[in-house]
Amino acid sequence: MGRPLLELEGITKDFPGVRANDGVTLTVGRREIHALLGENGAGKSTLVKIVYGLMRADGGAMRLDREPYAPARPSEARAHGIAMVCQHFSLFEGLTVAENIALGLGRAGAGLSRRIAAVSSNYGLKLDPGRLVGTLSAGERQRVEVVRCLLEEPKLLIMDEPTSVLTPQEIEALFATLRRLASEGCSILYISHKLEEIRTLCGRATILRAGKVVESCDPRQETARSLAEMMIGTTLAPPWRENGAGPADSKVRLRVSSLRLASDRQFGVGLDDISFEVRAGEILGIAGVAGNGQAELMRALTGERLPAAPGAIAVDGIPVGGSGPEVRRELGMCFVPEERLGQASVADMTLWENAALTGLPRMGLSRLGFLDVRKARAFAGNIVSSYGVHVRGLDGAARSLSGGNLQKFVVGREMLQAPSVLIAAQPTWGVDAGAAAAIHQALLSLAQAGAAVLVISQDLDELFAIAGRIAVISNGRLTPAKPVEVLTAHEIGLSMGGHPSADVVDAPEVAHA
Amino acid sequence: MEQFALWDLIVNILVGAMIAATPLVLAATGELVAERAGVLNLGVEGMMVVGAIAGFSAVIATGSAALALLAAVVAGSAMALLFAVLALTLRANQVASGLALTMFGLGLSALWGQGYSGLSAPAFPRLSVAGLGDLPVVGKLVFGHDLLVYLSLALVAAVAWALARTRLGLVVRAVGENHDAAYTLGYPVIAVRYLATLVGGAMAGLGGAYLSLVQTPLWVERMTAGRGWIALALVVFAAWRPWRALAGAYLFGGITVLQLHSQALGLKVDAQLLAMLPYLATIAVLVAVSREGVRLRLNAPACLGKPFYATA
Amino acid sequence: MPRLEARPQPSRLMFYATPLIAILFTLAAGGVLFALLKKPPLEALALIFIRPLTSVRGLAELTVKAAPLILIAIGLAAGFRAGVWNIGAEGQYTVGALAGGSLALAVYPVTGWWLLPLMSLAGIIGGAAWAAIPALLRSRFNANEILVSLMLNYVAVFLLGSLVHGPLRDPDGLNFPESRLFQTALPLIVPGTRAHVGFVVALIAALVAWVLMEWHLLGFQIKVLGQAPGAARFAGFSEPRLVWLCFLVSGGCAGLAGLFEATGPVGQLVPALPAGYGFTGIIVAFLGRLHPAGIVLAGLLMALTYIGGETAQISMSLPSAATAVFQGMFLFFLLASDLLVNYRVRWRSHTQPAPAGHTVPDMALPRSTSAQPSAQPGE
Repeated sequence: MGRPLLELEGITKDFPGVRANDGVTLTVGRREIHALLGENGAGKSTLVKIVYGLMRADGGAMRLDREPYAPARPSEARAHGIAMVCQHFSLFEGLTVAENIALGLGRAGAGLSRRIAAVSSNYGLKLDPGRLVGTLSAGERQRVEVVRCLLEEPKLLIMDEPTSVLTPQEIEALFATLRRLASEGCSILYISHKLEEIRTLCGRATILRAGKVVESCDPRQETARSLAEMMIGTTLAPPWRENGAGPADSKVRLRVSSLRLASDRQFGVGLDDISFEVRAGEILGIAGVAGNGQAELMRALTGERLPAAPGAIAVDGIPVGGSGPEVRRELGMCFVPEERLGQASVADMTLWENAALTGLPRMGLSRLGFLDVRKARAFAGNIVSSYGVHVRGLDGAARSLSGGNLQKFVVGREMLQAPSVLIAAQPTWGVDAGAAAAIHQALLSLAQAGAAVLVISQDLDELFAIAGRIAVISNGRLTPAKPVEVLTAHEIGLSMGGHPSADVVDAPEVAHA
Repeated sequence: MEQFALWDLIVNILVGAMIAATPLVLAATGELVAERAGVLNLGVEGMMVVGAIAGFSAVIATGSAALALLAAVVAGSAMALLFAVLALTLRANQVASGLALTMFGLGLSALWGQGYSGLSAPAFPRLSVAGLGDLPVVGKLVFGHDLLVYLSLALVAAVAWALARTRLGLVVRAVGENHDAAYTLGYPVIAVRYLATLVGGAMAGLGGAYLSLVQTPLWVERMTAGRGWIALALVVFAAWRPWRALAGAYLFGGITVLQLHSQALGLKVDAQLLAMLPYLATIAVLVAVSREGVRLRLNAPACLGKPFYATA
Repeated sequence: MPRLEARPQPSRLMFYATPLIAILFTLAAGGVLFALLKKPPLEALALIFIRPLTSVRGLAELTVKAAPLILIAIGLAAGFRAGVWNIGAEGQYTVGALAGGSLALAVYPVTGWWLLPLMSLAGIIGGAAWAAIPALLRSRFNANEILVSLMLNYVAVFLLGSLVHGPLRDPDGLNFPESRLFQTALPLIVPGTRAHVGFVVALIAALVAWVLMEWHLLGFQIKVLGQAPGAARFAGFSEPRLVWLCFLVSGGCAGLAGLFEATGPVGQLVPALPAGYGFTGIIVAFLGRLHPAGIVLAGLLMALTYIGGETAQISMSLPSAATAVFQGMFLFFLLASDLLVNYRVRWRSHTQPAPAGHTVPDMALPRSTSAQPSAQPGE
C-alpha cells in the first residue's frame, strides 16, 4: 500500500461516562481510499474530529508524513494538507456559494471565482458561485464542499458519511471523483456504515466497534455479511416478513388526495398535488433525498400544519385535513417524527412526562383537566419494559437517554397506543443496528396486526427491507407507489433525482472524465 | 418673507430630525453588528444610558469632548462585556441577560449621576468650513452639524462596507448564520461574538453620549427614554442592513421632531399624546415588517439569539 | 483552567441552590459598592436587609411592596415558562389602575360594597386588554412581543399622564395633575399600618398558580411550549391559544396589582403611579425560578431592597438608585450561576470541554458519539 501518509497510534478519547475512542491504531497509505467502518456510536466521527483538529485526543499519538502531528484547530490541520467534507454543520445557507468557499479557504484568494470555475470544470462539478447555498439541493451542496476542499489541494481528504443524502446516481458520480483524486495522489479517509459502498470504493477498511479497532481488512475480499458481523459483533437476522406486499384487497385506512401545502420555511419545499393510499396490513415506503418535501409532508400528516382542503387527508374514510394532531390521534393516527429531541420529546422533561406528551388523547392520562401522574408513569413504565429501553428510572430526562434508546422509547410510545395508522419518518436514523432491527420488526408486526404503516426514509435499504410498496418524493411531488418486487434501486434513484435533471445527465460525464 | 420663514421651518425640522436620529443611528448600527454575529443583546437601553452619564461626567471633569466620547465608548463596551460574559461565556439566556443589563444600566447610571443634575455640558464642537455653513439651506443642512453627526454617518458607511466587502465582515456573517459550521471551519465563534458585542456596546455608548452632550447637554435620569428599544426595533425594520437602519432612524427622527414642532405647525394636540408617537410608530413599523414573515426570516441571521456550544 | 462538563440532566439541587448563591454574591458585591460610596458596608447591608424586619411597621411595609411584585411575577412566570416574553407588565399595571380608577371616578361619589370588586374586575380587564395588544400582534402578524409590549409601557405612562392632566383631574383640587381621592379604599389586614388585602390576594394567586402549573394540563402544555416549541406543535398544543392565555393572565395580574396600588397605598391616580414594579417583577419571577413558592420568597426579598433602600436613604443618605443597582445585580448573578444547573465545573486541566448542551445532548452519552443529528441540510 505504499508509504504511509497518516498514522494513528493508540488514540484514546474520553467523554463523561463513555470512552469514545479506545487505543485506536490505524495507518492510511498514500493514494489509498481507506474506509473507517462502524455503526452509529462506534467512535468514527470522534476519531476524524481528532485528525481534523476539532477535538484533542486524551491519549495516543499521530504522525503525518512520519512527522508528529497534533492539530489544535482545523486551520492547523488544513495547513498540513488535510481537508474534510462534513455531513452536517458545514455550509452557510444564507451565504453564496463563493462566500461559502472563501470561508473554507483560510485566506482570501485573489481570483477566487476563476479558481472555482477551473476546479469545477476540471472535475465536472458544476457550480454557480453567485447562488445562495440555501437554494441548492443536497447533492449540489456536497459539490460545494468538495470543491472547497479541492481548492486546497489536500494530501488527505476526509469524507464523513458523504452519501446519506445522495441519490444512487449522485453516489456514482461522487465515487468517480474520489477515484480520480486518489489516482492523482490524494489519500481519502472514507467514513461510512454502508457496506456495499465500501466494498466498491475502498481498498482498505478499519472497523471500529465501541471505540476499539476490531479488524482491519481489504473490503473487496469480504462479503457484506462478513463486514456486517465485524461491525456489529453478532449476526443479525433480517427482519421477518410474511410476504412483500400487503393484501391488495384490504381496506384503505389512510388516503391522501391532491395534498398541496406551501412551505412556511426559508429554503423549504412545498407539497405539490400529493396523492397516495395505505391499506390495512401494508407498509408503504416514501423514499427521497432530504429536503424534497418530507418535512412538510410529515407536518401535514401530523396536523401541525393544516392544508387548505379538509378532505385532502382521510383516516378510515373520515376527513381529518382540517383537524389538529389531538383529533387525529383520537381517530387512531400515531406518529414517529424525524427529530427525536425537540419534536418527539422534550429534552429536559422526565420520561413519564414525555410519555404523556402524545399519550394524552388515546391513553386517558388526564382527569378533569389534571394530569394523571400515576397513569402516565404506568404508561411510561410499560413502554420501557415492552421495548427494552435502558433507563435508570422514569424520572430521568429524555436527553439522558442515548439516541437509540430514546428512539425505542418514542417508537414504543406510539406503538403501545395501538394505532390504526402509523406514520414514521426516519425511524432508525442514527440508531445502532440492534435497535434498528427491533424497530423494523415492530413496524412489521404492527402492519401484520392490521394497521396501515407509512415510512418516510432516505435509507433505501431500510425501505426495501420492510416496505411492500415504495413511492419517491422529489421536489414536493410524489411518484406513484410500486411494489418492491418490480423496483430497482436505479429506478428509484432516477425518480429521486427528479427524472431529466442536470444531476443525472452529469453522472456519465464525470464517470468518463 | 412668508416663503422664507417656511423654508426656515423646513430646514429646522430636517436638521432637528438628524439630531434626534443620530443616537438611534449609532445604537442601531452597533446592535446590527452584534445581531449579524448572532448575538441578540436587549441591553441597548442600559448601554446607552451608561454611555450618556459616562460621557457627561467626563466632559464635566475634563471639559474635553474627545475624552467624553472616549469615556462613553469605554463605558458602553464595559456594559457589553458584562453581557458577553453572561450570555456567551456563562451561556445564560440572551433575552434575560439583555433585560438584566438594561435594568442594571438604568440603576447604575442613576447612582453615578447623583451629583450631576442641574449641570450643563459645554457646547459640542461643530464642523466649521469657512463660508460653507452660511450658504442658504445647504449650509445648515449639510455643513452645519456637530461632528458626531458626521461620525455616525461615517460609522454606518464603515459597517456597511466591512460587512459586505471585508473578510472580517464575512466571518461575522458566517458566525451569525451557522455557528456550528463556522466552528467546524476553525473560526473562533465566541471571540467573534465578543468582538461584535463590544462594537455594539461602544456604539450604544456613543449614542447615549450624543444625548447628554449634544441633544440636551444635561444629565437627566433615564434620559434615553426607550431609545435603546427603538434602536432594537430599527434593526428588525432595517432587515439587518446598515443603510436601511440609517433611513429608518432618520424617519423616526422626523416623527420626533414633528411632534416638537407641532405647535409651530398649528396642531393642537395634547403634548402627552404626541409624546406617544415614536413608540406607537415603532409598533406600527414592527407590525408592517413582520407581516412579511418569510422575507424577514430570509434576512435574519439564522443563529440570532441561539447559544453556542463547542460541540462539533 | 476550569472546564465545563455537561451534566446528563439538569441538577435539581443546583436549580434551587443557585438563587441562594446569587443572593450571597449580590450581598458581597453590594458590600463592595457601599465601600466605594464610602459607607460602612456591613452596617449598610444590615440596615437594608435586617432592620425593616425588626418592626411591625417594617414588616407591614414589606407586604405592601411585595404584594404587587408577587402578583405581577406570578403572571409573568406563566408566560416566561412558555417562552412568551411579556416585558409590558409596567404598562399593564398602569392601564389596570387607570381602568379601575376611572370606574370609581365615573360613579363618584356613589360607593358601596360592590364598588371595590367591580374596580378590581375593571383593573384585571384593563391590564388584560393592554396585554392583548402584543398577543394579537404576535399571533396575527408575527411581531416581536418583547418590543411591542415594551413600547406599550411608554404609551401607557403617557396615557395616564394625559388623563390625569385632563379629564380625570381633580375638579376640586389645586390644578395638580392628579385625580380625586377614591371614595373607597382597600381593606387593611393589620390595623394601623398600610398592609392591605392585596398581599392576601397575591398569596392566593400564588397558590392557584402552583396548582395549575404543577398539576393541570395547562401548566404541562405551557412547560412543553417553552422548552420545545416543536414538541408542543407535534403534540397538538395550540401555540396561539397558549400565547393568548399567557398574555391575558399576566396582563390581568399586573392590572390587578396596579389597581391595588392605586386604591391602597396611593388612594388616587397620579402620574408617578408606575414606579417600576413591572420591571422588578421580571427579576422576581426569575429569582423565584418561575415557581410560585419561589416567587413569594423572591417578592419579599425584592420588597426588602425597596424598604431597606428607603431606610438607608434616610439614615445613611444612600442614594435611592442603589436599590435599582441591587436588583439588577440579583438578576446578573442568578443568570451567571444558572450555568451550574446544566454544567459541572471541573478544575482538572486536561479534561476537554464537554461536547454537550441542550442542542445536541446525544453527544455526551454512551454509544452515540457519532450519532447523526437528525437535522438535515435543506430542511
